[in-house]
Amino acid sequence: MTAYIIRRCLYAVPILIGVNLVTFWLFFFVNTPDDMARLALGAKHVTPEMVTSWKQQHGYDRPPFFNATARGTGKLTETLFYRKSLRLFVLDFGSSDGGRDIGHDVGQRMGPSLAIAVPTLLIALVVEVGIALLIVMFRASYIDLFALVTCIVLMSISLLFYVIGGQYLIGKVWRLAPISGFGYGVDAWRFAALPVFIGIIGGMGAGVRVYRAYFLEEEGRDFVRTARAKGLTDGAVLFRHVLGNAMIPVLTGLVVVLPSLFLGSLIMESFFGVPGLGSYTIEAIQNQDFAIVRAMVFLGSVLYVLGLLLTDISYTLVDPRVRLG
Amino acid sequence: MRLWLALQQWWRGDAVLLWTDALLLLLLMALGAAYLYVRRDEPLRRCWRRVLANAPAMASAVVLSVYVLIALLDSLHFRPLQAAAEDGGRYEAGVLSVLDVALAPVRTHTERSYSRPMDIWALEMTTVTGPDGLSRQEYQRLQYGGSHLVDPAQRGADLLAASARALGPAAVTVLLTWAPISWLLARRRGLSWRTVAFGVPAGSGAVPWRTIMVALFVLLSLVGLCAELGPRYHLLGTDKVGNDVLFQSLKGVRTSVIIGTLTTLLTLPLAIVFGVAAGYFRGTVDDAVQYLYTTLDSIPDVLLIAAMVLVMQAYMAGHAESFSSVQQRADLRLVLLCAVLGITRWTGLCRLLRGETLKLREHDYVQAAQALGAGHLRILGRQILPNVMHLVLITLVMQFSGLVLAEAVLSYIGIGVDPGMHSWGNMINGARLELAREPAVWWSLAAALAFMLLLVLAANLFADAVRDAFDPRAKRGLEGVAR
Repeated sequence: MTAYIIRRCLYAVPILIGVNLVTFWLFFFVNTPDDMARLALGAKHVTPEMVTSWKQQHGYDRPPFFNATARGTGKLTETLFYRKSLRLFVLDFGSSDGGRDIGHDVGQRMGPSLAIAVPTLLIALVVEVGIALLIVMFRASYIDLFALVTCIVLMSISLLFYVIGGQYLIGKVWRLAPISGFGYGVDAWRFAALPVFIGIIGGMGAGVRVYRAYFLEEEGRDFVRTARAKGLTDGAVLFRHVLGNAMIPVLTGLVVVLPSLFLGSLIMESFFGVPGLGSYTIEAIQNQDFAIVRAMVFLGSVLYVLGLLLTDISYTLVDPRVRLG
Repeated sequence: MRLWLALQQWWRGDAVLLWTDALLLLLLMALGAAYLYVRRDEPLRRCWRRVLANAPAMASAVVLSVYVLIALLDSLHFRPLQAAAEDGGRYEAGVLSVLDVALAPVRTHTERSYSRPMDIWALEMTTVTGPDGLSRQEYQRLQYGGSHLVDPAQRGADLLAASARALGPAAVTVLLTWAPISWLLARRRGLSWRTVAFGVPAGSGAVPWRTIMVALFVLLSLVGLCAELGPRYHLLGTDKVGNDVLFQSLKGVRTSVIIGTLTTLLTLPLAIVFGVAAGYFRGTVDDAVQYLYTTLDSIPDVLLIAAMVLVMQAYMAGHAESFSSVQQRADLRLVLLCAVLGITRWTGLCRLLRGETLKLREHDYVQAAQALGAGHLRILGRQILPNVMHLVLITLVMQFSGLVLAEAVLSYIGIGVDPGMHSWGNMINGARLELAREPAVWWSLAAALAFMLLLVLAANLFADAVRDAFDPRAKRGLEGVAR
């Protein structure tokens, strides 16, 4: 068991190195620091001196991999790759192109992101599983067909529509919740209610459809038929046999996204003015702050790989076959 | 009629082939080749027949083909000749498409500012100076919308009459289409034309012709409505600077269709080569490919797209001189966006192909081919590839709707298509604050979202049917109900 987990952890290392190399290549070779400097300084009337001084200010004036002018280990550490990319491994994000400390910003903005993302995930799970179970109860009837069509229609509507429509109806016309903004402490739930609600509605179509498929798959298995044959009621079969077994894929699907919740949702946060990591990323994209985007890409990958790791571990808990293998 | 003139102009003018046009053309040719291939192959034909028998899927197919047709007309670009500048003497510099020319009245009837759909009054008051020298606020008639009406009270009657005029041709066209089709069907089945022509619409036969014809009628009526009312009213209103919303929505079709199709297509070779090679050769190749896609997968999609688009923007800003026109730059950006989106999406298909190939290579017929001394390439081409193509097809159609939705979101974030390009995402982005103003302006948003909803819904329904027909392990969805 321990050996299995350690092996899984070791698998993650080359992946993160790969991500690191990809981002480094993307941000320093495809798009050179000179380009960045010119973009930051404005397109017109940029002298080479200004570019050099901007690079110096932001620490982009080192050679990429090998610094021949430095001494000792400095040959390797006084380089862009070490300074800007390898440091990410110890979660040292450095400072943004605007001069702020990224690590500090990230720490501050995780809270609001979680305040929206966690309730959305949990309530959505309960609601979607509930509806899917209900549909499975009426499987192969017109209710099932109707629900399926509704799901497809819901899936076909852009998230932007839910957000804009929700803000307009609930926030402006009915005045049930503030349109956007974020509060701390007791106030938080009033601001969180609308984005959470819309997040749930927006994901409902796809979620219910997937869970219905999981449940129907279990529904067709032999042990379910046996349970029916021995005279169990429909409810008992559904809750004990179908739901119990289908929860394995449901929960493991959930575990993958758990760490990524820190990142928040780009769209929801920027529409509702939540000062989380999602809106932080959007601001960085719009201000073309490459340092922040680079840090977020790496952080996102770390969290995703962590999610995979947790999935593997949770498999060992729910499925004994993995432990033996 | 206008369309015909526009096509003639395109034929005479000197055609311009943008990158996306060329790729779309390539896609069409590939579709044609695929059709010829499927015709010869009995199992494939049987699968497609299952799609053909699916009523929602066929209605969706009608909708999709109208969208694709609009996209194609919008992809026939040319430089209009000076003499052909018929839109009120205003010469259009740059490249136009056949659709632009066909919609010339709608495109050029620019009002001053907002107006409601089909309205003849401006939404807001303007300050005018009367003959007595005093300035006052009053609602003004629109410059183009309903300008042919002398008495504003005639508007309702005029709209009704025009709608009636639109339905007639639509009905006639549907009947005229049905006549040769039913004749062909009758000949093939050896029945009399009367039985088929009147029996099949009543609901007999494998292919749901009735659904197809109804869908065709509804769409043709809409097209007729646009043709009848578009030049004289602003059917969907105008936006802040007075541009016609209907025109913008129609222009958005091409962008969405291109993103939906080209994205998967551009990275298809990558997915096929890597996926099949990994499954077939195993060993080191497999390890390398698996490492590649796991690494790419572990970067969150939006962030990878954002990073690549940012880099791309910076690159294009630095090399502005290499683009001869704004349109060309926007076009190249669209292609690059497709490539960027594709890079985040090919891994799923690659995984599937690898798994399927791993299974296939153990089959007897592959082993037999190996024993007979066939080379790797020959086995891959003859035995493996044809048997994994259904996965490619399913992925292609399943990804379409997600990509159309993604375009809107990315354009909203600012990492989507060029801000100057017509797209539903840009429309939504430009209009998102308009609901908050007083009086609320909802038509831009509603138009973009409705156009998008129809396309995505049709794509979803069609994709489900294709998946059910081609994937042997597909979940039984609607079949339980049918019984």
